[in-house]
Amino acid sequence: MINEFLFMNGFGKYVLSAFAFTLINFTILYLVIRQQFLKEQKKFIVKFGSLNSEKAETAKLQKINKEILSNVSTN
Amino acid sequence: MFKILEPNKIFQITSKAPKYVLFLFIIVLTVGLSEALIFSPEDYKQSDAVRIMYVHVPAAWISLSIFSSITLLSICGYIFKNKNFFLMAKSLAPSGFIFNIIALVTGAIWGKPTWGTWWAWDARITSMLILALFYGMYLLAWRIYEDRDQVFKISTLITVFGIINVPIVKFSVDWWNTLHQPASINILTKNAIHSSMLLPLIIMTAAFALFSLLIFLMKYNTELIKIKNKGLDRL
Repeated sequence: MINEFLFMNGFGKYVLSAFAFTLINFTILYLVIRQQFLKEQKKFIVKFGSLNSEKAETAKLQKINKEILSNVSTN
Repeated sequence: MFKILEPNKIFQITSKAPKYVLFLFIIVLTVGLSEALIFSPEDYKQSDAVRIMYVHVPAAWISLSIFSSITLLSICGYIFKNKNFFLMAKSLAPSGFIFNIIALVTGAIWGKPTWGTWWAWDARITSMLILALFYGMYLLAWRIYEDRDQVFKISTLITVFGIINVPIVKFSVDWWNTLHQPASINILTKNAIHSSMLLPLIIMTAAFALFSLLIFLMKYNTELIKIKNKGLDRL
């Protein structure tokens, strides 16, 4: 049954390579975009950490900054 | 007018959504792959080679619709002077480009057993290749130009010229004699595809759409954090 599935009446190499190419591209794109996201998030944490208390308070007033910080633990 | 498009409000949703979209994508893709590779019937003419359709066609559809969306968003950004539209357009481009490449490569793989050749300079294939070049130019413009106004202008121009190619891709099989078969799915007329093949095609299209949504959300969040990083520098 597995051989039949892989052979696909002689078209197995074409069909499976098309699906494999698609899935490999999906994985690579996902990993690249995720890496970019984590890099920017890390940069943000470092920059935020280096702010003095007054500047940190000002930055925290922006909802989006709080949201980025709160999401760190979930990623 | 576009208060709903404020980054603060959008980020509240987009920062939480990717994990749910990823979960849903994995489920839909698993169902789609089993339907496409195991349960769907083989074609009476093409035999099992027809299964390539389940990745080739959704990839082509989504790359075309993403390019149309990028153009619309860029034009809206220009008309309403709202940077967020450009940010959304930029975040859509990577998945659109990858789908375009998938459509071209899987098309070539499908071409070998059915037409006897990997590549033919046929109207549909050539116009899809031109679309990939427009995607490439669009992505390159965002990398090359530092000045925001300049990149907004150049990227909009690329999409406006590129959108002319979209109807050419769609109708190339009707306008010219090509190796490529005409559209099997038509909203206005009866479909030339059996429901047993239409179902996996729809499921795979849904999976691909979810994947592009996932990449869009992750890229959009990255772009927002990049802007916030610049904001922290200015404090």
